[in-house]
Amino acid sequence: MAKRIDVSGLSAFYGSHRAIDDISMTVEPRSVTAFIGPSGCGKSTFLRTLNRMHEVTPGGRVEGKVMLDDENLYGSSVDPVAVRRTVGMVFQRPNPFPTMSIYDNVAAGLRLNGSYKKRDLDGIVEKSLQGANLWNEVKDRLNKPGSGLSGGQQQRLCIARAIAVEPQVLLMDEPCSALDPISTLAIEDLIGDLKERFTIVIVTHNMQQAARVSDRTAFFNLEAVGKPGKLIEIDETERIFSNPSVQATEDYISGRFG
Amino acid sequence: MNTTPTVPAPPAEPAGPPPSAKGTATRPGDKIFLGLSRGSGILLLTLMAAIAAFLTYRAYIAISENEANFLTSFEWNPQGEPVEFGIAILVYGTIVSSIIAMVIAVPIAVGIALFVSHYAPRRLAAPLAYVIDLLAAVPSIVYGLWGALVLVPYLGGMNKWLDQYLGWTYIFDKTGTGPARNLFTVGILLAVMILPVITNVTREVFLQSPKMHEEAALALGATRWEVIRMSVLPFGRSGIISASMLGLGRALGETMAVATVLSPSFLFSGHLLDPGGGTFAQNIAAKFNEADEFGRDALIASGLVLFVMTLLVNGAARLIIARRKEYSGANA
Ligand SMILES: Nc1ncnc2c1ncn2[C@@H]1O[C@H](COP(=O)(O)OP(=O)(O)OP(=O)(O)O)[C@@H](O)[C@H]1O
Ligand SMILES: [Mg+2]
Repeated sequence: MAKRIDVSGLSAFYGSHRAIDDISMTVEPRSVTAFIGPSGCGKSTFLRTLNRMHEVTPGGRVEGKVMLDDENLYGSSVDPVAVRRTVGMVFQRPNPFPTMSIYDNVAAGLRLNGSYKKRDLDGIVEKSLQGANLWNEVKDRLNKPGSGLSGGQQQRLCIARAIAVEPQVLLMDEPCSALDPISTLAIEDLIGDLKERFTIVIVTHNMQQAARVSDRTAFFNLEAVGKPGKLIEIDETERIFSNPSVQATEDYISGRFG
Repeated sequence: MNTTPTVPAPPAEPAGPPPSAKGTATRPGDKIFLGLSRGSGILLLTLMAAIAAFLTYRAYIAISENEANFLTSFEWNPQGEPVEFGIAILVYGTIVSSIIAMVIAVPIAVGIALFVSHYAPRRLAAPLAYVIDLLAAVPSIVYGLWGALVLVPYLGGMNKWLDQYLGWTYIFDKTGTGPARNLFTVGILLAVMILPVITNVTREVFLQSPKMHEEAALALGATRWEVIRMSVLPFGRSGIISASMLGLGRALGETMAVATVLSPSFLFSGHLLDPGGGTFAQNIAAKFNEADEFGRDALIASGLVLFVMTLLVNGAARLIIARRKEYSGANA
């Protein structure tokens, strides 16, 4: 199910402001790639270009190519809605649909894609909740609203919702930044499990987290406020954290700036 | 039946004043504000009670003299001999015209509000919203004149068509040939009049629908309509209900426009296209000037019923909203 992402020459704009400039990288399938870098360098913006969510923002515009295996996501005949069905996303703040039950939240994406028999749907919902390590906590209250869960549970519910539709790629934008250390650990474990099935990209401000969960790490930076963000380097996580090839990366990781 | 073992009560809170109640000095500003807000609250309640008492008293005078059943009689003859008046026609006319108005106005208003808030490009949305705002400010007599001069002649043809093709439904069977000064026309006119209010309120609610839930839907691969169905409409649900109730309130109480369009009568007809019928507010406006004191008391009695109806409608709306609260997103 997992696919390789191949980005080349990608720039993204908000109106006339160039937020990221000329980014090229490859994201390997069945692996976790972490994005790190100082605030405002365009990590979220770049992540959102990978499932065509960037253009939803008023004034949002993208130049360049994103290949998912051999299909260009920005090809003229590609439907952004179809892209988002194959590239799932988990947001910084847990955002389960407040008007839906836990069950309906997980089933929401499936119901968009077509009609399922009740029994099949039950199976997928259970599998997805188990996949998100949430099943045991919610199996007795599937019909209660998802907004009644704790923050960490809500975030795992959002992960269950995203993986229920079996995407090729899972994008996560600081999925743990609103969570306590225990929930964070739960989600990090989960990411370790999920990478066997999905290609995962995660944005994080937490160096230890990047070091713990990712196979490869990309460091982004911007020259000055108002300048576009750039990819400085991407490499094996071990390499980035022990012996990066660019001085700026080392400075950032060792806390000397940013 | 209590099978759970009794749990020892948690240790009592240490005695003493709660942390914030005492010890903080009240500031003069707070005191003045408290006095002002409490005072105006009491004033408002007293005023309401006085109005209610006045209406109830006058209504009681009228009803105690009435020789017909006030609720079920089709007569309106408070100055006649015998004294007979009842509100059955008015209840029927008010409810029917309001239902027609709501059935037409609510879906259209929600549609326009969705268009303005989620579909229209910004350059179009702002002026459109402004025009709708303006429509809400048009005086009702203007709507009444438009209804009488434009709507009634225009609907004459439509009435014929409805009679011909939908006459078998009974309600669209037209038994006379008079102009379209009927409850159906009134309903349509009321729909036009309450459309701006409902549109404006629902649009405001839709605009506040949280971005993060819309993005959640988008990221799952929802089309724009699916985003609306999954996040905007559920979020706006109680707003739609409140907006509709606001509109209904206006429709129930609308006076001048209805009085201008309808040719009132106290003959009952279940056919919507037959001229005649009446509504509470229209009846009061039409009869108040020529009524003597007792006649006015009778009209006040009918006004009291309208008041109660409006209260019930509002109460029902609140119930519906409260029942959905768990899912409203307020605790998200
Ligand atoms: N909706 C928007 N409209 C205009 N400019 C935006 C918008 N969102 C982000 N930007 C700009 O784009 C640049 C990159 O922002 P982005 O949110 O991608 O940074 P980030 O690396 O994710 O930061 P953080 O680590 O704080 O989340 C910033 O200069 C920001 O001001
Ligand atoms: Mg960000």
